[in-house]
Amino acid sequence: MIGTWNLVRLALRRDRIILPIWVLALVGITASTTTALEELYSSPESRKLLGITANSNAAFLSMLGPLHDSSTLGGLLAWRWGVFAALFAGIMSLLLVTRHTRAEEETGRLELISATVVGRHASLAAAIIVAAGANVLIGLLIAGLLLGKGLPAQGVLAFASSIVVTGLVFTGASALTAQLSENSRTANSMAGALLGAAYVVRGAGDSAGDNGPEWLTWVSPLGWAEQVRAFAGDRYWVFAIPLAVFVLTIAAAAVIVTKRDVGLALLPTRLGPARGASSLRSPFALAWRLQRGTLIGWTIGLFIVGVVYGSVAGAVGDMVRDNPALAKIVNEIGGEGGVTDAFIATVTQIMGLIGSVYLVQSTLRMRSEETSLRAEPVLATRVTRVGWVASHAVFPLVGGAVVLAAGGLGFGLLHGARENDLGGVVPKLIGASLAQLPAAWVVAGVALALFGLFPQLTGVSWAVLATSLLVTLLGPALQLDQWVLDIVPYTHIPKLPGASWTFEPFLWLTGVAVLLLAAGFIGFRRRDLTT
Amino acid sequence: MTYAISVSGLVKTFGPTRALDGLDLTVRTGEVHGFLGPNGAGKSTTIRVLLGLLRADEGTARLLGGDPWRDTAALHRRLAYVPGDVSLWPNLTGGEVIDLLGRLRGGLNEKRRADLLERFELDPRKKGRTYSKGNRQKVALVAALSSDVELLILDEPTSGLDPLMEAVFQDCINEERERGRTVLLSSHILAEVEALCDRVSIIRTGKIVETGTLSELRHLTRTSIAAELASSPNGLSAMPGVHDLVAEGNRVRFEVDSDQLDDVLKQLVASGVRTLTSQPPTLEELFLRHYEDAK
Ligand SMILES: Nc1ncnc2c1ncn2[C@@H]1O[C@H](COP(=O)(O)OP(=O)(O)OP(=O)(O)O)[C@@H](O)[C@H]1O
Ligand SMILES: [Mg+2]
Repeated sequence: MIGTWNLVRLALRRDRIILPIWVLALVGITASTTTALEELYSSPESRKLLGITANSNAAFLSMLGPLHDSSTLGGLLAWRWGVFAALFAGIMSLLLVTRHTRAEEETGRLELISATVVGRHASLAAAIIVAAGANVLIGLLIAGLLLGKGLPAQGVLAFASSIVVTGLVFTGASALTAQLSENSRTANSMAGALLGAAYVVRGAGDSAGDNGPEWLTWVSPLGWAEQVRAFAGDRYWVFAIPLAVFVLTIAAAAVIVTKRDVGLALLPTRLGPARGASSLRSPFALAWRLQRGTLIGWTIGLFIVGVVYGSVAGAVGDMVRDNPALAKIVNEIGGEGGVTDAFIATVTQIMGLIGSVYLVQSTLRMRSEETSLRAEPVLATRVTRVGWVASHAVFPLVGGAVVLAAGGLGFGLLHGARENDLGGVVPKLIGASLAQLPAAWVVAGVALALFGLFPQLTGVSWAVLATSLLVTLLGPALQLDQWVLDIVPYTHIPKLPGASWTFEPFLWLTGVAVLLLAAGFIGFRRRDLTT
Repeated sequence: MTYAISVSGLVKTFGPTRALDGLDLTVRTGEVHGFLGPNGAGKSTTIRVLLGLLRADEGTARLLGGDPWRDTAALHRRLAYVPGDVSLWPNLTGGEVIDLLGRLRGGLNEKRRADLLERFELDPRKKGRTYSKGNRQKVALVAALSSDVELLILDEPTSGLDPLMEAVFQDCINEERERGRTVLLSSHILAEVEALCDRVSIIRTGKIVETGTLSELRHLTRTSIAAELASSPNGLSAMPGVHDLVAEGNRVRFEVDSDQLDDVLKQLVASGVRTLTSQPPTLEELFLRHYEDAK
């Protein structure tokens, strides 16, 4: 452990911009959500109505979880923001831990540091300390903020802690994934897949209804955060589960560190082919080699997301059929085509947003090829700049469609089987899922335009995507101004299959995407390669 | 005389840094041209401009008769490049990288590929992430040397090679010269440059400060002289080409530019020489002089 504190200081120095942004964003969104809820649902009647609709609408349930107590501001906050706050704390933690462990090792910087006086566990310990510290700081600031608003101390403690412990669980999870792979991208993907699965699985559990697999919520770290029931019972004993997981995962990671060599992973790499396959002769063949794993992983992942949501879509209908009074309320809020259609529309939108992460990730792959100096030797052959970008851009543009279609297919297979109408449901749901594509293309277009014109700022693409995600998911309920909603491309996609079909938004969204892509191509053709 | 590379007045700035500051460089067709200079002098920047990876702010550059920024793809068929910092894809084997880069360049010579792998003792089945720095460099070298191209642009290709492999590399470059290829070789290793290069250019803070054949450069070096004279030396300090003169009574120590040696010795003889020691010029001294002046 010698040298840990020096590494903590080094990590804090390197993260001196990104870490405060995460902390401020999480605390800031908590503050603005609290204020918005306070104003929107000031009367007891409005809260009561919200309580009924929130708990009967499967789309809401799968997205946000149940609303345990709609009579207090704390209860509303825990419902509206609890799962997402925990989710974002998880994302922050896993990116942070990978950045300071596996990524350091991969670039060889850790070797440099290991040559000085630092203990075997120093870098892992430092990353965990920084991540845990950031989560605790977020918890303290949120607690202070909510106490300042006059919320009850017990509930505040439970709410803030549920965010902190979720951050800790993913700190532990990524400490472990960082040991398993030699590649920081793979380590991040594994931890990110866990987080995505945690979100989807608890959504399935929450929207399963009384006869469905409600226990699924208990399998997910994000479900644990819900089960604490902040401001509605404050079940502190639930914290024992995430804390135990945290301790076990970091212990496992620490054991692996002593058993492996610096730079290597638990699983040794084998020898490969001595010759390149005869197909390995074009920039696209190279891009395919580099990107296929991610594409296949995302395709399977979104297919599973679709299957999980598809398995509960029917239950939504049952719930309403069993309860005519509920059906009346639900149909009023459920969009044009009834509650199942509303659920489908919400789920396809969520799948569109999740899929957009793939589009941005596969676009930014170009930037990491450039900064790692691997683009240089390729561009010093007869491969042109445009040809190189095009080979990679196939993945967000076409691969993105494959990923979204897989989500729609999984959803359609399960839902169609239940409705005894595979032939009708599957194409409809694949179509509804693909309808999200133009909006996702726009976000990928932003990423490519940044890559071509302002390569140092490509990271901003993630901020654009995160903002789109938050505005799309939380914006309508928070009654944000229409112009704010309108900036986000996903707002403009009709809520299929319930809403009426119009061509226009698809056309102009695709047009915007094409312009952004063109800017990216032209920009990259004219600029210097930079690191 | 035709030129494979001719560059004049090249300027490239990165923000406040003037990486290239009016650089002139000519490389004749068929020669091995050494490109030397201290860290940060602008060698890699020059090479990147020549490859069309960077766009120069001012000046003109011609490469194999074309414009490196505009005729990029056409020119790249005719050259091969080994970067200073070879970074390989973690999941591709060395053999796959060699084949890929060769094919992207327009094909590679199978016999040479096999021969080079053997001579460099490189295992092509290893994954990119498991190669050492020297082995990564060998992958790039094999890929470049087994391509049938007119021009090789090598940016410090031997900085990670052990002495045995350095010798293999020198043999390979000599074979390339016999095949009539042009080589631009950036390097810090004087022995390598002396062994391989027909002509040399020395770059310092973005400008070429010396250029010529090795014997022309030797001409620029200084001889160290220590002498005891019959009478006190006169006029020595005023003579052109005399440096670092230290005079103690009738004893003098100084350095003299090789092309002024004759005149200076005549002057010494005029004062009557009792003892004389001289140290012959070395290129090393010349390089160190340029390297030190950069600091
Ligand atoms: N992309 C860049 N952005 C900013 N500055 C740069 C960039 N590339 C090079 N420089 C600067 O330009 C100067 C020349 O760098 P260059 O890499 O060409 O040197 P070099 O002669 O190859 O050095 P070395 O022997 O260390 O490889 C240096 O001062 C370097 O810091
Ligand atoms: Mg260099």
